[in-house]
Amino acid sequence: MKNSILRTENLKAFYVLDMQGTQKVVKAVNEVDLEIHEDEVYGIAGESGCGKTTLLKALYGAIEPPLRWMGGSVLYHMNNLAVDITSLDAEEKRKLRMEYISYVPQGSMSVLNPVLKLNETYQDFIGSHVSGRTRQEAFELARKHIVELGLPRNILDAYPHQLSGGMRQRVTIALAALLKPRIIIADEPTTALDVVVQRGVIQLLMDIQQKLKNTIVLVTHDMGVHANIADRIGIMYAGKMVEEAPTEKIFEDPIHPYTRFLIDSLPRFGDKSTRSSAPGSPPSLADLPAGCPFHPRCPFAREICTQEMPALVSLSSDHKVACWLVGEN
Amino acid sequence: MKTIRDLFRDYRFLFSFIVLVIILIMAILSAFSPYDPTLWNVVPKELKPSAKYLLGTDSNGQDVFWQATFAVRNSLIISLIAGLVSRVIAILVAMVAGYRGGTIDRVLMFIGDSLLVIPLFLIIVMVAMMLRKFMNLVVLGLLLSFFGWAWDARTIRSVILSLREREFTKTAVLSGTGTIKLVLKEYMPFAMPLIFSTLINNIAWAIGLEITLAFLGLVNLNIPTLGTMLNWAIYYQSILLGRWWWVLTPVVLSLFLFIALYWLSVSISEYLDPRTRIQRVGAA
Amino acid sequence: MEKLLEIENLSKVFSLGSILSRVHIIAADNVSFYIKPAEIFTLAGESGCGKTTTARIILGFEEPTSGAIIHDGKKKARNEKVWFTEGIQAIFQDPFATFNPLRTVDNYFFETVKNYKLAKGKEDAIEWIDQKLNAVGLTYQEFAGRYPSEFSGGQLQRISIARALLTNPTLLIADEPVSMVDASLRMSIVNLFKKLRDETGVSVLYITHDLATAYYVSDRIAIMFRGNIVEMGSVEQVLMNPRHPYTKLLRESIPEANPKKRWTTTVNLTELEQEEYLRKGCKFAGRCPEVMDICKGVVPADLIVNDTLVKCHLYSDENSSAK
Repeated sequence: MKNSILRTENLKAFYVLDMQGTQKVVKAVNEVDLEIHEDEVYGIAGESGCGKTTLLKALYGAIEPPLRWMGGSVLYHMNNLAVDITSLDAEEKRKLRMEYISYVPQGSMSVLNPVLKLNETYQDFIGSHVSGRTRQEAFELARKHIVELGLPRNILDAYPHQLSGGMRQRVTIALAALLKPRIIIADEPTTALDVVVQRGVIQLLMDIQQKLKNTIVLVTHDMGVHANIADRIGIMYAGKMVEEAPTEKIFEDPIHPYTRFLIDSLPRFGDKSTRSSAPGSPPSLADLPAGCPFHPRCPFAREICTQEMPALVSLSSDHKVACWLVGEN
Repeated sequence: MKTIRDLFRDYRFLFSFIVLVIILIMAILSAFSPYDPTLWNVVPKELKPSAKYLLGTDSNGQDVFWQATFAVRNSLIISLIAGLVSRVIAILVAMVAGYRGGTIDRVLMFIGDSLLVIPLFLIIVMVAMMLRKFMNLVVLGLLLSFFGWAWDARTIRSVILSLREREFTKTAVLSGTGTIKLVLKEYMPFAMPLIFSTLINNIAWAIGLEITLAFLGLVNLNIPTLGTMLNWAIYYQSILLGRWWWVLTPVVLSLFLFIALYWLSVSISEYLDPRTRIQRVGAA
Repeated sequence: MEKLLEIENLSKVFSLGSILSRVHIIAADNVSFYIKPAEIFTLAGESGCGKTTTARIILGFEEPTSGAIIHDGKKKARNEKVWFTEGIQAIFQDPFATFNPLRTVDNYFFETVKNYKLAKGKEDAIEWIDQKLNAVGLTYQEFAGRYPSEFSGGQLQRISIARALLTNPTLLIADEPVSMVDASLRMSIVNLFKKLRDETGVSVLYITHDLATAYYVSDRIAIMFRGNIVEMGSVEQVLMNPRHPYTKLLRESIPEANPKKRWTTTVNLTELEQEEYLRKGCKFAGRCPEVMDICKGVVPADLIVNDTLVKCHLYSDENSSAK
C-alpha cells in the first residue's frame, strides 16, 4: 500500500455568482473525498460540467472569487507533515507550486507566450522559481530535460506558432515537469488532439512518471486514456466523487450505477451491438437535486437516495463507493 | 420593465437619464416661450437673474432662459439628424461591404477611408462657408452626417465580417434564409450595442462640432443654438463685463449634455454587450 | 447499385504565401467516393486530412478547384443551392455555435418551414416541427421560445439534428457531431443516426476522427490522409483488418477502453506536416514503417484488395506475394 501524498476531506468549493441582483450558487465541488498516492497515475473521470476542473483548482490552491472555499481540507503530506493548502497565504502557496506541485491547464498549448521563443519562456519559469542560477545554467538544464524526454533538441529555438498543437502540448508538459515536482496535475491534456498525437502526449506523461517516480493526476472524460495510463481512477459526478478504485476494477467490476452506465456505453472494437448511455442528462451544478445527485437517472433509486447524500465508503481495501445500495452489504 | 430597472442600478445611467430628461423638458418648453427667439430687444438688456427673468437677459435684449430652451432644442435637432442619418448610411454601407465582400467592399471602404483621412475640419469649414446662405438646422445636420458615417461603417463591417464566419451563419443558409434577411435578423442583434453607442457618440460629436462652427461664426447666427449663444456671449464680452449668466448657461448646459451622453453610451453599451447579454439571456 | 451522392475526383488547392514564395497545399487530392441510400458512410482521418474541406465543398461553402458532385444523378453546378439543400442537410461540431446565442432556437425551425414551403400556416408548422422533434426524442413544449444557452450540449445537438430533418433530406452530413459531446453521451446521438437510417432510410456522411464511434455506427468507411483517401471499404474490413500502414497506425493508437489492451510500443512524432503535403510519391512515406524505395517517387494507385480500396504499393501485383 503506497503512501498517501494528497488527500481531501469533505472538500466544498462553490461559485457564488451575483448577476444583476439574482444570486446563483454553483456547487462545483460538493463534499469530495479523495486520496492520491505517491508514485502513481491517478485519473479523474467525469463529464464536462461535473466539477473536475474546479476540483483541480481547489487541489492546486487557486481558489479566487467567484470561487469560494466552503469547507473541508486539502492535505498535502510533505516531509512527514500534513499541510492544508487552504490555510496557506499567497507566498507560501507559490513556494509549494512548481517544486512540489505543477499544473498543466486545459488548452495549455495556447498558454505559451506567442512572442517569446520557447527557451525564453523556460528561462522565465526557472528564474521565477529557482534562485541562484545563471541564465546559462538554466538554459542548459532546460535543454537537457527536453532531450531526455525524447523531444527534438532544437525545439527551444522555435516560436510557439511554428509548432503543431501536439508538439506545443508536449512542450508545456515538459515545462511542468522541469523542476521535478512531486505532483503533476494535467487537465484534459489530450482533448482536441489527433489520435496519434494523443498517444505521443500520453506516452510522454508515462515516461515522466516512470523517470521521476512521482504522481500524475490526469483529468479527462476519455475512458480509453484512463484505461491506458491510470493506476487508479476516481469517477466524478455532479460535484461529487462517486467511486474510486484501481483501473481494472473500475472497468471490470464497476459498482456505482453511474460508473456502470459509463463503462457499458463505451464502444468497443469488434462489437457492433447496440450500446446505450444513461437516460436523461447530468444536473446543473446550480440546481442539484436533493440527496444523491444521480437519483433522478438511477434505475435503482430508493427513498433514502432522494433525501440524503451518500458518503464515500470503503467497500474493500482499495475500492470506495458513494451509494446507498452498497451500505447494506 | 426589467431592463430599465437593471439599468437604473448603474449610477451613470441614472445621472444621464435625469440630465437628458431635464434637457428634453427644456427643449419642449421652447414651444411655450413667450418671446420670439429671433427678435431683439423684447426684454430689457443685461439684467441679472431674477424671479422674472430666471437666467437674466442678454445684450441682445432676449431672456436667457427662454433663449436657452431654443438653443437646446435646435442643437438637439441638428445632432439627432446628423446622428441618425449617418447611422443609416453606416449600417447600409457596412452590411453590403461586410457580407458581400469583394470589389464592392473595397470600393465602399475606399470612399469611407478617404473621408476619414482628409482633414475633416478644414473641409467642413470650407463647405460651411460655401453653404452659409442655405444654412439651417437640417442642412447643417446633413452636412455633419455626411462626414460622420465612415468610422462607424468600418466598425460595424468588422463585426459583420467576423459573424460571417460563425457557424450559425451556415445554419441560416441551410435554413434557406436569403442574404438581406440573414444580415438583418442574425447580425443586427450583435451590432445593436455598437450602433447605439456610436449613435450617442456621434450625437456628442455633432454637438461639439456645431458649437465650434458657431463659435467661428460659420453658421446662421440668428438661429439660437448652444454654439450661437456662446458666440454672442463672447462677442459682447460677457466674461469681461461680468455677465456670467449669459456665458455660463450654454457652457454648463453643454457640459452636462456631454457627460450625460458619454455615460449613457458607456452604461448602455456595457449592458448590451453580447457577452454579458448572453449570460443574462434565458436566466430570467 | 444506386448512388445517392457521388464525389468524382474532387480536388481543392489552397495557395499560401506571398508573391515571392507561393506554397500550394492540396487539401483534397482527387477524392472519389459514393454514398448509397440508407447507409452510414464515415470519412475519417486526423486534422489536416481533408475531410472537413470535402464536407465544406459538398455543402457549397467552398468551391472545388476541380471535380464533380453528383446528387441523385444531377451534377451540382456552382452556387446552386436550393434543390441541393432540400435533399442534403448538415449538422456541425459545436451545437452552441450552430445557433445564434441571441435568438431563440425555434426561429430557425420556422424559417426553414417557411423557406421550403413545408407547411401552411402556423398550426401546421408547429405540428411538422413537433414531429421532427419527436424523432430525436424531444417535444415542442420543452423547446419553444428558448435560447440555446438554456439547453445542454447533448439536447442542443439533437435539436440541430431535428432542424436538419425538417426538409426530409435523403442525406445528412454530420461534421464531427459528437467530438464536443462527452464520451458518455455520445451513444445517444450516434444511436440516433442508426435509428434514422433504419426507420426513414436517411443516409449519413459521418465525418470524424473518433474511430471507435465510427466502427460502432457506420457501414462503410474511408480513411483520409493529407488529402488522399488511403483506404476505403466496409467498416469491419477496414478497422478490424487494416491494410494500409497509416490505417494500422491509427488503429493501434486509439486508446481502448480496456486496461488489458494497453499500448506496448511507442510512437515517433515528426513535425513534417507541410512537407508531407508537398511530397512526391506516397505522402505517408516519411513515417511509414513499411516504406519501400518506390513509395518515395511514385504515387500509389488505388488498388482493390478483397473489396477494399487501398492506396499503397505494398498491395500491387508485384508485391502482393510478399503480403
